[in-house]
Amino acid sequence: MNITVLLRMVPDVVEELEIAPDGRRLDDEMLRMILSESDDHALEQALLLKECLGGSVTAIAPEASEVNDALYTAVAKGADRAMKLTGLAAGGSTTVLARAFARVLSGGAGVVPADLILTGVQAHDDLDGLLAPLVAHHLGLPHVSIVTRVQVAADRKTAIVAREYPGGVHGEFEVPLPAVLGIQAAEKPPRYVPVAKVRAAMKSARIEELDQAAWEVPPAQIEVLRMDKPEVSSHAEMIEGTPDAMALRVCEILDARGLL
Amino acid sequence: MAIWIVAEQWRGKISPITYELLVLGRELADALGVPLEAVLAGSGVEDPGATLGKADSVLYFDHPLLAEPVPELQAKAIAMLAKIRHPQVIAVPLSNVSLGLGSLLGAELGSPVVNFCKDVRVREGRLEACCVLYGGKIEATVAPQGEPVVLGICPNARGADESHVRPTRRVERFSFPLEPSPVRFQRYVEPEAGDVDLTQQDVLVAVGRGIQQKENLKLAEGLAEVLGGAVCGSRPVVDQGWLPLSRQIGKSGVTVKPKLYIAAGISGAPEHTEGMRNAELIVAINTDSRAPIFDIAHYGIVGDVLDVLPALADEIRARRE
Amino acid sequence: MPDPVLTHYFGVPGFVLLWVVTLVSLGLFATRIAYYIRVLGNARPDARWDQWTKRLRLFAANVLGQRRLLGEPVIGIAHLLIFWAFVFYASSFWWNLIRGLLPVLPVPYADEVGWMALAVGVLGLLGLAALAVAAVRRYLFTPPRLERSRDATLILILIALVLVSSLVGAGFSAMGEGRQPVGRLVEGALRVLGFNGPLPGYLWMWWLHMVTVLGFLAYLPYSKHMHLLAAPFSVFFADLGSSKVPAASEGASKREEFTWRELFSGLACAECGRCDRACPALTSGSPLSPKELMHELKELVRRRGPDGNGLLGGKIKSEHVWACATCAACMERCPSFNEHVPVLIELRRHLVARGEIDQRLQAALMNLTRYGNSFGQSPRSRAKWTQGLGFRVKDARKEAVEYLWFTGDHAAYDPRGQAASAATARVFERAGLSYGILYEAEQNSGNDVRRAGEEGLFETLRDKNLTAFSKARFERIVTGDPHSYHALKNEYGRSNGVLHVSELLSELIDSGRLAVRSQIGQTVTYQDPCYLARYNGVQEPPRRVLRALGATLVDMPDNRANTWCCGAGGGRIWMEDVPGVTERPSDRRVRQAAQLDGVHTVVVTCPKDLVMFEDAVKTTGLDRQLEVKDLVQLVEEATRPPEAATHG
Repeated sequence: MNITVLLRMVPDVVEELEIAPDGRRLDDEMLRMILSESDDHALEQALLLKECLGGSVTAIAPEASEVNDALYTAVAKGADRAMKLTGLAAGGSTTVLARAFARVLSGGAGVVPADLILTGVQAHDDLDGLLAPLVAHHLGLPHVSIVTRVQVAADRKTAIVAREYPGGVHGEFEVPLPAVLGIQAAEKPPRYVPVAKVRAAMKSARIEELDQAAWEVPPAQIEVLRMDKPEVSSHAEMIEGTPDAMALRVCEILDARGLL
Repeated sequence: MAIWIVAEQWRGKISPITYELLVLGRELADALGVPLEAVLAGSGVEDPGATLGKADSVLYFDHPLLAEPVPELQAKAIAMLAKIRHPQVIAVPLSNVSLGLGSLLGAELGSPVVNFCKDVRVREGRLEACCVLYGGKIEATVAPQGEPVVLGICPNARGADESHVRPTRRVERFSFPLEPSPVRFQRYVEPEAGDVDLTQQDVLVAVGRGIQQKENLKLAEGLAEVLGGAVCGSRPVVDQGWLPLSRQIGKSGVTVKPKLYIAAGISGAPEHTEGMRNAELIVAINTDSRAPIFDIAHYGIVGDVLDVLPALADEIRARRE
Repeated sequence: MPDPVLTHYFGVPGFVLLWVVTLVSLGLFATRIAYYIRVLGNARPDARWDQWTKRLRLFAANVLGQRRLLGEPVIGIAHLLIFWAFVFYASSFWWNLIRGLLPVLPVPYADEVGWMALAVGVLGLLGLAALAVAAVRRYLFTPPRLERSRDATLILILIALVLVSSLVGAGFSAMGEGRQPVGRLVEGALRVLGFNGPLPGYLWMWWLHMVTVLGFLAYLPYSKHMHLLAAPFSVFFADLGSSKVPAASEGASKREEFTWRELFSGLACAECGRCDRACPALTSGSPLSPKELMHELKELVRRRGPDGNGLLGGKIKSEHVWACATCAACMERCPSFNEHVPVLIELRRHLVARGEIDQRLQAALMNLTRYGNSFGQSPRSRAKWTQGLGFRVKDARKEAVEYLWFTGDHAAYDPRGQAASAATARVFERAGLSYGILYEAEQNSGNDVRRAGEEGLFETLRDKNLTAFSKARFERIVTGDPHSYHALKNEYGRSNGVLHVSELLSELIDSGRLAVRSQIGQTVTYQDPCYLARYNGVQEPPRRVLRALGATLVDMPDNRANTWCCGAGGGRIWMEDVPGVTERPSDRRVRQAAQLDGVHTVVVTCPKDLVMFEDAVKTTGLDRQLEVKDLVQLVEEATRPPEAATHG
């Protein structure tokens, strides 16, 4: 079973995000990038499937700051191959990335054909579209998004996936393979891999580079006019003091509203 | 030329977010001087325009294959209509039901897609969308280029104007051949029946990661008990198994409008707040004074829920005596 | 008296019988010892041949002097007597055996030599009395956590038999030759019982004694009481370092993955229960028992054949492994100098390598890897607490300072720790100290990361800190965090001086650089931090400071090197609560403090103690009676210049 996982680095929001002087993008001086959370789940789901069914897991990511760390970590966790798309214009949008991935996955040199393509359901900078449905569209493959469970049939030709709906409801779908799945959450939380293993992977593994410089990137269809920090139109009235004093004040408020 | 909004129908009911889209669509249509049309892709719907009166007309694509909630089929159906009718804008809800629809529509039509819109306005004759990025930390103002433009609209972009839920004047029915999708819907799996219907509760005590461990849930239960309410939680708490799925509030959970919502140790990520921001009174407790929950709460306490919840429960009990 | 080995029994000369029994016994003994040597030889190596003089001194104090056992005085003295009786009896036995096997040797038996017989006789009596005391304690007043196993009972009986047979034999001998005082005492008793002549009693006793000892010798390495043989070696080959961390490894769970000395801990364990009695985790109700750990280790070594699956063959569960706060109270008490904490760390390394850790610990480790602190906050906000101080704290990366102040995570990111840091900064300013911090270049010291079993992450954090140190200019390091103190002083390979803030404050006050302006006239108690008082022996400086401030100090029980852990160390503060806990160690400790007359303040010098005890006084409802204060906060109050006395 060959599973390919598409990974992306996104800005780490633990750091304060600052806006560049031109007002149209993030200031990258203090910017740190982190693996998109649902992509981490996609990787975990891929590894879980490999543990069940055997086969290989290939992780592919576009070049970005700190992506090597993420790819070596993927290898340390159990991915068999790590690949990087280089030569793409910086700040690539999701639609451009989807096309780039689709090019590479549809028989690009060196890439093993995949039985299953997993990626996170969305990243928090998917301004112009979501990756999973777009990659599926370009590859002509079926896709399901917001997936929380994947059960591959014994003949490896179909999979039953569970997809989230509102109210805690799940829908079950049967998908023929190969397919693209947008993973919301892996069946187990992403595993821990010790730093020593990641360092060992840095020494022994190689990140294969897939150069896209020759590809003509389609023009952008949306223009970012500016970026701002949100203006908070309202804010809670803050209550202060010791827990007892605050409890007293809250009770007064509730009482006034007849809630007690 | 028209503004389209995609009416979301799930399990036979029109989703509330559709009405939010209608309010937004109405604004855009009036600003551009074009009609507002609601597009519904479904199967066997008897009165598609029954509640979509804010739109000037309803375009209903009827096909048995559209009974299944498969986004590819919906995208194909709506794209077919778009190729005939050439709308300027297609607004799509960003909900669990319709996720992916916007991107697929954009790909089918070769159109720009603008995701995460919390607001869309017409400025100097062109559209400007205000989009939420990085979990709400940054807002991007975006101008799409091309037509039609597909807009993915976040929940709560507008208040749903319930009083305008009246029938449309015009319903146009369409049906074209559709290739079945290789993705086959099997069935719905309900969450384990909760003993409690969260949408019927007047008081909810919601817990998030700030509760730290399962053992501390009893503090929330204690408070819920004296207030006559129920305990619910954000996604991380349910994922950890501390609360059942039936108690999840938010995008993948339940949307509630109680009289009192106490958010204990919840940071206020959009996926959660979309499920509770319309509660009448929101009191938030968090150790981080910059937590986004304080932007939507009415009252806020910067403190440890492990201290505040029992103090609050004690104070209420004392008053009762 | 007839020579027992030259007497014939059923036609066979005694020495032939003796040879047979000896060969069988020594054969059994040697086979089993060979097995152990093979098992230990297959384990990981660990060179413990260094510092001979230190080792010999340790041996003298703890084996010959039984020092750690004297901590519990009654059994301590009894055991000392039994030990020395054993030493003399062993010597006398070998003497007699060799003489018995080779009757041609022109030497007398041991009991024919006056001083030897006297010593053996006196020690025999004392030994028997001590055995009686031990038996009463073991069976009538069983101390908690002492196992009354069958093996132990059998060995008690065998030792008694050895002593009794020798004493009775001396009694019979006295009937014949009558010079030995102890012999004559026993002779009196024998005559009362109706024995009138030395034979055949003397021969019976001689053979009983030899066969019992030979039997004991053969039985010993198969029993669970190898400690008789192993303990002297385990003491000699003790871990002389202060860190209690195993050498670099990938963790251990199977026999050959441990070092020989770790496995040897199992063999040297007498299952006396001192470690359990001192363990805060066990006492609080958690499933961790250091003694059980040693027991399972022993069984692992004794079991032939392959290990089962799981930790130590599946007998230890991961919740046991994670319940330990690495306070090392167990190791402080163990008379065999066993290595409970390193064994646990090996098990943790094994679990970490497999990613088998709870979600909270995983989140903490990932935060530490990514942000250098366990709080998951940006490294850039590490020095945020310095804003609003009213003065600038120097950046040691940019300006040369005398003291590099390493704050540690809790002192920088936790609001309560931040308050203590602010107080510390004010005190440093008042003392005119030249000090600076590393701002965002400081990383967690890695001390608890290492104890949690993430050795690779420890190395990364250490290397980053060392790089930051090399780029800064300073002479000594001072820290208020005992965990950081321990790592920086002992595990960073540095030669620069590292001080705990209490040591520095003591220096500053003594030298007059810091003037105490108002006395703290309170009665307080003081919590010795494990990593300061036990691991590093820093016990007096905080007490000197408190005295200099005019405070009256009343110590809690279990203080100084015996301090009772708050439960947060070893990464526990990052982990989920252990199931089954009935009373957290920190809760127990504040209850101890509340019992002290006139004490309303618990003084701490560790940011984790501050957090744990503040929570504990709330949980136990003692918050109206007890206040928790950091030592430096008291110093700040006492050194405030008069005009600033009105504001905080």
